[in-house]
Amino acid sequence: MPRIEVIKESCKGCQLCVPACPHGLVLFTKTEINQMGYYPVEYVDPEDKCTGCMLCAIICPDVAIRVYK
Amino acid sequence: MSDVKTIAEPVQEKLVFDRPKSLTKRGFTYCPGCGHGVIHRLVAELIDEFGVQDRAIGMASVGCSVFSYWFFDCDFISCAHGRAPATATGVKRAHPDAFVFSYQGDGDLASIGMAEIMHAANRGEQITVIFVNNAIYGMTGGQMAPTTLENMVTTTSPLGRDPILAGGPIRMVEILANLDGVAFAARGSSSSPRNILKAKAYMKKAFRSQIEKKGFGIVEILSNCNTNWRKTPQEANKFIDEEMVKAFPLGVYKDVFADKSKK
Ligand SMILES: Cc1ncc(C[n+]2csc(CCOP(=O)(O)OP(=O)(O)O)c2C)c(N)n1
Ligand code: SF4
Ligand code: SF4
Repeated sequence: MPRIEVIKESCKGCQLCVPACPHGLVLFTKTEINQMGYYPVEYVDPEDKCTGCMLCAIICPDVAIRVYK
Repeated sequence: MSDVKTIAEPVQEKLVFDRPKSLTKRGFTYCPGCGHGVIHRLVAELIDEFGVQDRAIGMASVGCSVFSYWFFDCDFISCAHGRAPATATGVKRAHPDAFVFSYQGDGDLASIGMAEIMHAANRGEQITVIFVNNAIYGMTGGQMAPTTLENMVTTTSPLGRDPILAGGPIRMVEILANLDGVAFAARGSSSSPRNILKAKAYMKKAFRSQIEKKGFGIVEILSNCNTNWRKTPQEANKFIDEEMVKAFPLGVYKDVFADKSKK
């Protein structure tokens, strides 16, 4: 199953990845704060919809997303 | 016995997107959403893909990317403001086998460094220039740059850039493409995944220009400075797509690799 992993300590919560995902699987939930003081985004994919298209990772300025296929 | 084999093997998961080897582990110091991070990653991916990490020497400019030597895992020189192409010239001539690149902002390259970029390009130095155009001086607090758009508000043009007083946005790749020493000149953008992939393809040719000894290669990449533009990262990338590209059309302006039979 393709999936992504958000490296929470690298994420600056810029939210550019949020609209980049065609399935809306990356969410800005504001549920935790990382050591830099930013809200990292969350990957929520209960139905395994991720296709591994990498669009979220390509737009991320902080290399905070890993993609697995 | 044979029915044991029918149990499905666990599918081996493959990591298909990760931090390139040529970036250090250190997190970028850029503002959230800033285009510099994307462009750093593209440069590092290409250093990996061309396998030149052990002979790459980067020229850091002055601007928000002044600390790029912290982020790239290769040799680096911190150059005086605007002088990266001159430093690169010396390094490349002394070490012709090195892969020499500069990473410069628009204040650095198109303002204080105008003389150095013009002459390095005209001499056809075998170097690769990555030119990050965010239409403003980011590091120093958002002053007007030569690349600032007409009517754009900055801290030194509070009523908007007046072209009668301050001229219009300077189009560097169009100018440089006219010089004989230039092998490749193009302008891309870091505003969307599609544009980022295209910008990377341009940068690949600017790397090849040097590696295949064709001459000087430059790629200008439109980038957001959301902080000084006073926009969210998303609004800032939209501004690139809707406004900035009107003054700075994307595309290839010179390509030594182009198939000349196709006209
Ligand atoms: C000789 C000299 N003059 C002026 C400065 C001040 N200064 C620092 S960064 C900068 C401009 C940076 O703008 P740009 O190259 O567009 O990079 P950005 O920060 O936007 O990425 C200036 C004028 C300096 N450091 N050295
Ligand atoms: S683009 Fe990267 S840094 Fe920005 S919110 Fe998404 S994962 Fe975080
Ligand atoms: S000030 Fe602008 S160019 Fe500098 S890091 Fe922030 S967004 Fe990027």
